[in-house]
Amino acid sequence: MPSNEPGFSTLAIHAGAQPDPTTGARATPIYQTTSFVFEDAEHAASLFGLKAFGNIYTRIMNPTQAVLEERIAALEGGTAALAVASGHAAQMIVFHTIMQPGDNFISANKLYGGSINQFGHAFKNFDWHVRWVDPTNPDEIEQQIDDRTRAIFIESLANPGGTFVDIKAIADIAHKHGLPLIVDNTMASPYLLRPIEHGADVVVHSMTKFIGGHGNSMGGIIVDGGTFNWSDSGKYPMLSEPRPEYGGMVLHETFGNFGFAIACRVLGLRDLGPALSPFNAFMLLTGVETLPLRMQKHCDNALEVATWLKGHDKVSWVSYSGLEDDPNHALMKKYSPKGAGAVFTFGLKGGFDAGVTFVESLEVFSHLANIGDTRSLVIHPSSTTHRQLSPEQQVAAGAGPDVVRLSIGIEDAADIIGDLEQALAAV
Amino acid sequence: MDHDTYPESYISRILRSVKTIAMIGASGRDVRPSNIVMKYLLAKGYDVYPVNPGLAGKQVMGRTVYASLADIPVHIDMVDVFRGSDALPGVVDEILALDDRPDVLWTQLTVRNDEAARRAEEAGIKVVMNRCPKIEYGRHSGEIKWNGVNSRMISSKKPVMQKGYQALGIRPQRDRSQGD
Repeated sequence: MPSNEPGFSTLAIHAGAQPDPTTGARATPIYQTTSFVFEDAEHAASLFGLKAFGNIYTRIMNPTQAVLEERIAALEGGTAALAVASGHAAQMIVFHTIMQPGDNFISANKLYGGSINQFGHAFKNFDWHVRWVDPTNPDEIEQQIDDRTRAIFIESLANPGGTFVDIKAIADIAHKHGLPLIVDNTMASPYLLRPIEHGADVVVHSMTKFIGGHGNSMGGIIVDGGTFNWSDSGKYPMLSEPRPEYGGMVLHETFGNFGFAIACRVLGLRDLGPALSPFNAFMLLTGVETLPLRMQKHCDNALEVATWLKGHDKVSWVSYSGLEDDPNHALMKKYSPKGAGAVFTFGLKGGFDAGVTFVESLEVFSHLANIGDTRSLVIHPSSTTHRQLSPEQQVAAGAGPDVVRLSIGIEDAADIIGDLEQALAAV
Repeated sequence: MDHDTYPESYISRILRSVKTIAMIGASGRDVRPSNIVMKYLLAKGYDVYPVNPGLAGKQVMGRTVYASLADIPVHIDMVDVFRGSDALPGVVDEILALDDRPDVLWTQLTVRNDEAARRAEEAGIKVVMNRCPKIEYGRHSGEIKWNGVNSRMISSKKPVMQKGYQALGIRPQRDRSQGD
């Protein structure tokens, strides 16, 4: 990165945004409109044919979304981005762009429970097949790759256990086999870790979490790293073959290093439809301006809370890579030296029943299925988010019966600890 | 000139100063990248002269196609090359043989030949390689931002509005970079 490149906090506030040229509005306006007027028939034809830059219809693009897209692309160090209705929508569109019926992809088994469901069940209806692997075992990953494999998918900081994955090692395996590495960077956020710098080709987020940060708006995003050659292998016809939807245009050839983001927009979002509302884009934009401040406070609070929990006699273990004796601490220092994130798990000696009592006794923590809010959040995965999984899958995903997951907010650490203390007393 | 990274002011000055562009490798097929770029440059007010020996004498977007640079009857400010990198030395030979040489040699994404560029630069011709003028115009005007592309530009200034809906131009920028 050249030395005159703006810093992360500057990009978090300015990237993508400019004063509105007609009104001078400095905050990005909410362009709450479905459609945009064409100058004339020729202009309309150019827009529909992808020959001019511009807006057609909010299901495909919208100026408020566009500011958010450029902002996250800049923060992740990508070439372009596509904002959509949720993190799940982002994953659906990414795989729709790279998979044909009968293809498979390799995925880490330590994932958000919703992603395990989406990959294992919903995707099966499209004849897309996930192959689960332990992301700490490179040999296992290589053994699962065959000629119908199209990608490797990991979370940079895995939910719910809060463990960092060796992105570079997995990127090297992917690239050795001519495959893109797709990284869900939701839990770390680009403030802590930018996967493209470590070899990722595509980054996805649920912006519902730390990017928005206030627990008020759903949103997902796909960031194109601009690094992968989609034409070399012939395995990605959505990008490398003439598209009948656009009169025979070849998208990778035409749009170069941001072709993947364009393909996701004009083949995926356009035809599948999970558009982000302009209002949500505005809320997420407002949230991301303070991402650096919030994320550091999340990390500082989480380390203090994890350290305190580790000394409590009703707690059997704490899994937080920010703790110096944590087995994941070396990877955390390598990939995320500013902090280990807000989310971690710990075990209650009392098991499943203690987990339920503990969660119900908390007064400051909110019992709900989300992470990355300003508020501190708690969930007992085996009775909620990971309930649909088999006991073996629960343990493999780090969500066994004694496990409690915390998402530490940005309240005063003393009040967070005080609430945990009184709830542990009730167990 | 360092052909890995160009100062933004170098690109912006070229896009603001040139008026006539010869496009080597122009295509009549409307989904080819060269055709799309030609259409965009025409819409932005550039005077584009398509060059393609296979289409010589035919019309593309109402513009007559020429067989070679030497056949174009006006002064060309910039030559834009849609050919492979291996064709670039020949293009430079053709340019250097002209009595009335262009001011700028521009080559499209993936097209780069440093030795050919050096010969053009020694003759006083500015060179831009491995870039697309449509993308660069879109970055400098801000139009490319509408499609979620990272323009890598930060500005608190008003975008330059052109006639009609959804059309922006390039603002003359203060020169903050070196090597121009």
